[in-house]
Parts: sequence; C-alpha cells; structure tokens
Amino acid sequence: MTTIPTPLALVAELTHRCPLHCVYCSNPLEMVKRDRELSTEIWVRLFKEAVEAGILQVDFTGGEPLARPDIVELVHAARQAGLYASLITSGLPLDETRLTALVNAGLDHFQLSFQGSTEQTGRQISNTSSHPHKLRVLEWLTKHRIGVTLNFVIHRQNIHELEEMILLVEDYRPGCVEFASVQYYGWALANREALVPTRGQLEYCVETLKQLKERLKGKTRVVFVLPDYYATYPKPCVGGWGRKLMLVSPHGDVLPCHAANVIPGMQFENVKEKSLREIWEHSPAFCKFRGDQWMQEPCKTCDRRHLDFGGCRCQAFLLAGDAAATDPVCSLAPTREKVDAVLAHVNKPKPAILEENPQFVYRPKPG
Amino acid sequence: MRPEMTATPRLAPGVRLNEKTQEPRMLLMPERALRLNGPSLEIVQLCDGKHTVEQIAEKLHALYSKAEPERITGDLLGYLELLHKERAVDF
Repeated sequence: MTTIPTPLALVAELTHRCPLHCVYCSNPLEMVKRDRELSTEIWVRLFKEAVEAGILQVDFTGGEPLARPDIVELVHAARQAGLYASLITSGLPLDETRLTALVNAGLDHFQLSFQGSTEQTGRQISNTSSHPHKLRVLEWLTKHRIGVTLNFVIHRQNIHELEEMILLVEDYRPGCVEFASVQYYGWALANREALVPTRGQLEYCVETLKQLKERLKGKTRVVFVLPDYYATYPKPCVGGWGRKLMLVSPHGDVLPCHAANVIPGMQFENVKEKSLREIWEHSPAFCKFRGDQWMQEPCKTCDRRHLDFGGCRCQAFLLAGDAAATDPVCSLAPTREKVDAVLAHVNKPKPAILEENPQFVYRPKPG
Repeated sequence: MRPEMTATPRLAPGVRLNEKTQEPRMLLMPERALRLNGPSLEIVQLCDGKHTVEQIAEKLHALYSKAEPERITGDLLGYLELLHKERAVDF
C-alpha cells in the first residue's frame, strides 16, 4: 500500500502562447491553441481546490504566462485562496504599470529567465529580441520588495558567456540565481546535438559556480542544475512522480510533470470533470509511478530508490523505450550506453563551421 | 554568519508566513516551504525588522522560563544563522 503524500505546488501552465521560440522549450511538440485555454473562472476555482488539497504554492508558467490578459486577476485570486504565487516568465510582454499591478495583486516571487548575457545569444536561442527588455524589467523590479530569481538556461551555445551572466548577478544581487542546464525533452530533444555541453564546459561550470556560491553566501542563493547526461545518478525528477507537484495544462489536463504526455498510453484527467484532490489521489496517471511497486531492477532493490525515485519516467521512455525502466542517465542503468553514445559524439572534435552555425529547430507559435 | 545582538532580522523579499488560518503554519519561499512549530514560529513572527535579536531572546526567555537563558540564546542565534544561509532572513 502506497501512502499518498501531500502535494506542494500547482504548476499552472496558463497558455502555450509565447513571444519567444526557444530551441529548448519544455512545452510539448503538440501545443494547445488559444481557443482551448481554460477560462479565468475555472482557474479561480482551481486555486481554491488546490488549497483544499493541501497545496501551498502556485507557479504561473506557460508558454508565457504574461500572454494571458487576466494574469493580474489570476495572481490576485491565487493569493486570496491562500497560495504563495510565483511567476515564471521571460519578462515579455510587460511594462512598469503591469508589474506594479502584479505586485499589488500579491505576487510573491518573480522568476526571470535569460537565454544568455547578450542580445545576440538571446536572439540565436529564442529567435526574438528580448535581452534589452529583460534588463529594463530587472531595473523595475528593484523598486519592489518581492522575491526575485534569475534563471539562466545554460548549454553548449552559451556557457562561454558564464562570466558575463555572473556579472549581471553580482550587479543585481537577486535572492536566488539558477544556472539550469537544458533537460532533453520536447524541443530540447529535437535540438540535443547542438545543446549538450562538452565535458570541458561542464568542468568549467562546476568550478566557476562553486566559487560563486562561496562568494555570494548569505547574499544570493546559487543553484546549479547539472546536465544529467553527465551525472552518476539520476535526478529525483519532479521530486518523485505524484509526490510534490501537479501540472495543469492550458486546456485543463492534469499531469504529474510537464513531459508526461510523451509516455504512450497515459490517460490524463481534466479539471472540468474532477477535482484536483480526486485527481491527485486516484488518477491512474498519478498512481502509475507513485511509490516503488512499479520499479524494475536495478531500481527495485537499490538503496537510492527513495532518493531519486528511479529518475525521470519520461527520459526512461524517450531513451530506453520503457517508462518503467531505470533512467538511462544512471550509471547503474542497463541502458546507460545510450547516453554514453550521445556524450561520445558531443565530445568528438567538430569542424568549427558546425560549432558556429548550429541548425536549430525553433519552437513555433501554437496558433 | 551569526547576527549581532543589536541586529534587527527581517524576512527576506519573497519570504512570508502562510495565513493565520492555515494549518500547519509554514514559512513560504521560492520553490520551498518550511514547517514551523513552537519556538521556530515565535522567532519567525518576530523577524519583522523592528525587534532586535536581544529583544527576541528576552521574549523567548519569558516564554520558556524553565530553560537556561544561555541555551535559548544560543539556539536562537543558530536558527537565525540557518535562516540567513537559506536566504529566508536578512539582518
């Protein structure tokens, strides 16, 4: 019998619309169109249901959550319901008045993502101009007392800008900075070849960020999300399947993680038919990989099975072809060779022309 | 870093208690939450940028009169140091 844990966070994927077209976007390849998005009223009901289910925090994300005209109203409703409200955003489209409205509505935490430290890199990654605007948003944020996290998504094409990213952090001094290595699902998997860092780059990151962590102790929390292809053991993906969070997609499907729909045969329930608590406790999708009954060897008898929960189910499916297999990034996984083959390819010297001109597939608009 | 006795600790930006009506009481912060009970809740409630560490210690001494005052002050400083390291409290 598996005891059902209390969820911590509701990930509110408000929309798949976004002014950026990042080559590593975590949205599914098949995106939800605007006319299928949930209404304001349904979201407001969901915040109350979330609190009833024991959830403490809501992360507004997308796509770009600011693309929803009702975002201020949604933040206000989430706070009224008793949730801690985070906005995970590219900073577009935002002006100073709207930021003030969000803060006044009770926004607790603002996470601003960066594609690099320059306009040129930002453009290469997102196919949009956004970097100068992000710097303006940072400036506006200094006028408010609100939690701020800067999130730099790092990969082979921008690790050389790490020093400049750090200058921005030391200049601005946010409460937290994340250097998040790209994870290979969705669009990132399609662009994997151009994004996986080299071993040399990884070693440089580890050393540089260790020093930064020491330097900013007590001032800014420094978080480094390792590229898990290089890890010895897998990450405890989403804190364990059905243990910490539930994600509601733009049209109301409830998923244990943002990539869960890549796993064939998964049936997701919809908030229009059932309450969040019912879905959390009984939805076959949430129960499928909760606990450890579903595990195979070597996870089944591994001492680490309650630390990393066997890693990521979606990655197991995408790389090993079996969602119940040990995450192939684990050094103990029988399929680790698949990851090693990718790393061997990445670390092979390439002609400069290929390194300088990666052929990216950009994430399109959902329509 | 340990706070001075004259410091006035304050919850960091983006850090707050959940509502009085919510149980259990939690300290909410970006992507994390810390369960509070007994003295930890009393300490956090006094991290308002007005009370000095000295004053917080005095209040705790009064609340826990059976415990040794030095021990209470030591625990308080240790807890504030932890909250500071986690970027939950500024001083």
